[in-house]
Order: sequence, then C-alpha cells, then structure tokens
Amino acid sequence: MSTGGGDTAVGRDGPEGVRSQTTAVPGVPAHGGRRRGRGERTMVPDADFVSYYGRPIVKPAPWEADIPAYLFAGGLAAGSSLLAAGADLTGRPVLRRSARLAALGGLSFSMAALVHDLGKPSRFLNMLRVAKLTSPMSVGTWILSAYGPPAGLAAAAEVVRMLPPEARRGPLRLARYVDRPAGLLAALLAPPVASYTAVLLSDTSTPSWHEAYRELPFVFVGSAAAAASGLGLVTAPLAENGPARRLAVAGAVLELTMEHRMEQSMGITAEPLHQGRPGRLMRAAKVLTAAGAAGALLAGRSRLVAAASGAALLAGSWCTRFGIFEAGQESARDPKYTVVPQRRRLEEEGPVRYSG
Amino acid sequence: MSSLFKENDLWGPLDPSAEAGYGEDRPKRKGFFTDTSICIGCKACEVACKEWNDVPADHFDMLGSSYDNSHSLNANQWRHVAFIEQPSSRGRATVDLGMPDVGPPGSGDGAGAYGAAASEDPDASPMDFRWLMSSDVCKHCTHAGCLDVCPTGALIRTEFGTVVVQDDVCNGCGYCVPACPYGVIERRKEPEGAKNVGIAQKCTLCYDRLDAGKVPACAQACPTQSIQFGDVEELRERANQRVERLHEAGVMDARLYGNDPDDGVGGTGAFFLLLDEPEVYGFPPDPVVPTRDLPHMFRQASRAAVTLAVGAAVVFLGRRR
Ligand code: SF4
Ligand code: SF4
Ligand code: SF4
Repeated sequence: MSTGGGDTAVGRDGPEGVRSQTTAVPGVPAHGGRRRGRGERTMVPDADFVSYYGRPIVKPAPWEADIPAYLFAGGLAAGSSLLAAGADLTGRPVLRRSARLAALGGLSFSMAALVHDLGKPSRFLNMLRVAKLTSPMSVGTWILSAYGPPAGLAAAAEVVRMLPPEARRGPLRLARYVDRPAGLLAALLAPPVASYTAVLLSDTSTPSWHEAYRELPFVFVGSAAAAASGLGLVTAPLAENGPARRLAVAGAVLELTMEHRMEQSMGITAEPLHQGRPGRLMRAAKVLTAAGAAGALLAGRSRLVAAASGAALLAGSWCTRFGIFEAGQESARDPKYTVVPQRRRLEEEGPVRYSG
Repeated sequence: MSSLFKENDLWGPLDPSAEAGYGEDRPKRKGFFTDTSICIGCKACEVACKEWNDVPADHFDMLGSSYDNSHSLNANQWRHVAFIEQPSSRGRATVDLGMPDVGPPGSGDGAGAYGAAASEDPDASPMDFRWLMSSDVCKHCTHAGCLDVCPTGALIRTEFGTVVVQDDVCNGCGYCVPACPYGVIERRKEPEGAKNVGIAQKCTLCYDRLDAGKVPACAQACPTQSIQFGDVEELRERANQRVERLHEAGVMDARLYGNDPDDGVGGTGAFFLLLDEPEVYGFPPDPVVPTRDLPHMFRQASRAAVTLAVGAAVVFLGRRR
C-alpha cells in the first residue's frame, strides 16, 4: 500500500469479497452499480459514481406483493364503477351488473391486501384518526372510505335485483331507491381512487417512483380503464360491449403513450423498468395491453375475441402495476439511482436551493 | 392545489417547532453538529445509543468493509459509524490526520489533527491513503419526508424541533421508510420477541434525556467531541467557524452537509462536516424532501382523474352499440 499507484490501488485494498462488488471501494469511482443479468439492455450509458461499499442510500419500501395487487384491484374497482354507472344510464343491464360486482370484488380484494400488509384490521383504523394532506396514504384512505360504501351499496342493490321478485321483501324493497344514486356516487368518487395510488408511490424518495410523478397518474388511470373494460369484455354480451370496447382502446392508448413519455422523462431512473424481472413485466404489460386493445377493436363481432382481449387487458394491467412497483424497489436498492441523478443535477443546475 | 398548503409548509426555511404549533415559550431547536474530521471511529456513540435506548442487537458481521461491522442506519442501529479507507488514487493529496502510523513519530507538525497543510511531496507524507470516519444519525430534517407522509400521526415534531415516532400510534404501514431521502427510518423486523417489532424505529434525539435537560447519550459518550449537541442556530455558527479554520489550514476538502436552511430539506437538525463528497460516506449528494413536489403530484393526479371521468363518459355517447 505504499505507493498510490493509480487505479490498481483500488483492488489491493480490500478482501476478495469486497472487490467483487463493482462499487466496493468507497471514495473510488466505480463503473455501474449491480451486475446485470443476461440479455438486458440499458437506455442510458453507464455512469461513474461513488458510493459507500455499493450499499443502498435510500431504503426500499417494506411492502410485498400485497401493494401492487392492491394497485391493480383498486384500479379495476374504480374503472368498473364508471362502466357500471354508464351502463345503468344507457340501459345495458348485463354490463351494469358485472361491473358493479367487479367493483365490489376489487374493493374487497384491495381492503384485504391492505389489512394483510398492516398485519391486523384494527391498524387500518389508526389511519382514520387523522386526515393529513401531506400524506397521500391518509388522503387515499379517506378517498377509499368515501368510495367504499356507495360502491358496496350499488353492488348490494344489484344482488337484490337478481333475487326473484317474491324474495324482495321488507327493507330489501328499499334497494331500488338507492340503486342508481349509489352507483352514480360511486362513479363520481372512482376517478380519484384510480389516480391517487400514483401519488402514493411518487411521494417517496424511491428514485424510479418519484421521477415518474408527472406521467404516472395517467399511466395508472389508463391501466384502470383497460382492466375494467377488460373485465367488461369478458362478461358482457356483444350487444352491450360497445362502451367497454371503446374504453379498452382509449385506456390502453393512454397507458402506453404516457408510459412511453414517462420513460423519456425519467432519465437514468427509467433503467430498472427495462432490466430483470420488472423489465420482463413491463414488456409483457406492453404486449398484452396492445394485443388486448387490438382485439377490442374486433370484439364487436365475436364473443370469443372479446373474452380473449378482455383477459389480455386484465393481465396487462396486472403486469404494469407489478412492473412499476418492482422497478421502484430495484431503484432503491442500487445507490446509483440516487447518486447519479443528484450529481447530474448538481453539475447542470447547482444545488437545490429555496428562493423566495 | 398548492394554496392548500401554508407558506414554506413543504420546503424552504422554517422553524419546525413553531410551525408544529408550539408557543413562544418553546425551547430552542436542538440538534447535532458532527465534525467527522475528529472522529476516531471508536463507536462509543453506537454503544451508548444501544444501551440507553434499549435497541436490540443487530446483525454483527465481518462485512469486509474496513472496521464497519454494523452495516447501516436501520431500525436496530440508530447511530452508525462509517469507515472509509481511501487510496490516494482518489486524486487528492493526503493530509496528516494525526493518526498512529508506522513511520517515525511526530512527522513534524504538533498542531493536532489538521495542523499540517496538504503535502505535495509523497515522501513527506507517512501514508498514501487516508481514513475517513463518520458517525451517521437521523438528520431530524426541517422538512422531514417521514413525518410528512405518515398517515397515522405517529411521527411527530417535538418542542425541540426533532422528529420522533410514537410507538403506540404507529400502525406499521411502512410509508415513512421509502419517504426518507437518507434511508434512515425502518420498520423493525427482528429479532423475534423484541419490543416494537413491526413498528417504525429511529433515533429520537434522546427525547427522554432532552426532557430531563440532559445531553443525548451518543454525544455524551463521544470522547473527541466529534458529536456536538446543542442549539441548532449556535451549532451552525460553530460549524462555519470550524470549516473556515480548516480551510485556512489548507484542508480544502472540508465542507458542511445539511447546514443550509435553503437546501432541499430546509436544513437538517443534525448536520455534518465532511472531508469528501457526501456519497463517499453513503449520503445522498443533494437530497430533496419528496413532498416538495406534492402539490404538483396532486395536480397531475387530478388531471388524470378528470381524464378518466371524461373518457368513461364519452365512450357511452354516440352509437348505440
Ligand atoms: S433523516 Fe429521514 S428519518 Fe430522519 S427526520 Fe429526516 S426524513 Fe425523517
Ligand atoms: S410506519 Fe408508523 S411511523 Fe411510519 S408512516 Fe406508517 S404509521 Fe407512520
Ligand atoms: S440522540 Fe439518542 S437516540 Fe439518537 S443516536 Fe444519539 S443516543 Fe441514539
């Protein structure tokens, strides 16, 4: 160690195990972050950066599959409430019924996922002690709490409609008075349910979530529309599936174009969206969503095509949510995505400083 | 949307305890100035913190990262001492740190740790690499991402301007974890049977000790006064003087980190004097609290929601099928 011999000094300093990590020696610029798997491409050329033994700087969220599943189910529920209200107003009873039941299903699944993540139901109530505008999770809890009851009522009214007339007795007769108002109220509250989850992810220091904040809400509402209309295509007869077909195409186009724009604006933090598991999920999402939308264009003539396109759209939405969720987690685990963008900003614009 | 938030609510200079509603008789904001240039890496702070706060043992491994065997700040590690062995290939002349070495004793300054100016001549320096040591801790940010996003109100601002988790209110949602720009706070997952498993944990700036008018355990234990505790305002002053002195002594690498109330988190209550770029120590180079962009995020989300509503209405217009 006596001569400061250029870059070779790096290798001589640490034990073997340390050296094999590319960023092992602190204070010495290293090439790239973690090792990449086979067949993965990078959008941005590798950047030199410095880190502390390659260890993460920010911490990944301690969340598991519950949360992306929740994102998917919440979007499905919200989109379905919108479809159900439209179907109700335009006289499409089968679409209305399936969409209302899907909304309730999505909502129940969401709540189950949340409670599972928290460990026990009573912990959900802790969040109802406060309303806090700076916390998207608090805002979202209140949005869900407002949306849940009318969505549930609309589904309940639907179940009552399915009963034989002689069974609709007592309080059940009231169902037809709440039927349409509950459905419309649910539809009114549904769009924020679909879009707030983007803010939930973006309001963090997780690089690939935060940097996506401009476009992510549009990706998520597009994905919600695609999923809900996908379910509509699976369940509704040809005579009623027109709106679902059009919403499927619109949702898919919105999702795909905004996702593309998002990747363009994210700089190096778009990288995790192309690599490893999240990369595969995102590629699958694009193929499934595009295929589902293409199928939806033809789905006015064949029940089979409609059902297949619907299934593809549902699967595509699922992959989008998991892909974006996991890409964010990856970006938090690699210090590169924290250091490099901040360094670039420092070089180009100087430090972030408040002015007035 | 931004008008829903008060002036400088989300970022910019601010007295955090005043903003949180504490009255005129509140104590002055408390914090740490950690002068890493005199840290000797003894880890007394790590030990004192664990003892006082009853923080369970963390994994204790030979990590192959110099003398760092406590890995990182996490739920079970509220102080963490970083060790960096830096070859001179880092591209700067080394400076005599006054550390024990194998060369002849007293290689000629006697002015203490940073008396000697940077040496241009490699032969005059007893070492061609340097040690950097730094005791890291929660920054007690002016605009704390963790506190902003906490949906239960478990994270609070104390009268001392510090940020503390109320263990009995936290529901373990974990949202604070990715919100922190420094990766400090974490949900405790082990060891089994320890208290507060499943609850977010981090440095409290020894809230109980401050309440009793005492100095935090880590600062008390630090033998070199690398960890200095006090009123943030006064510490900022002291830090400026220290940097100036080091610059005069030729240590041009010395810089402050977190002391600027105009920075991305409104300045930190615990700030640092560093001898290299922040990321060398595992700090983000230019952190910004995520909630700074929250008004913009809500605006985008509202636009997206309207897009969805309009789109869903339009698809029902027109053709009957
Ligand atoms: S450093 Fe992280 S955990 Fe500490 S106050 Fe700031 S945001 Fe919260
Ligand atoms: S884990 Fe606890 S402290 Fe952290 S955001 Fe959730 S409720 Fe708040
Ligand atoms: S202030 Fe107290 S809780 Fe925080 S690191 Fe020091 S000893 Fe631990």
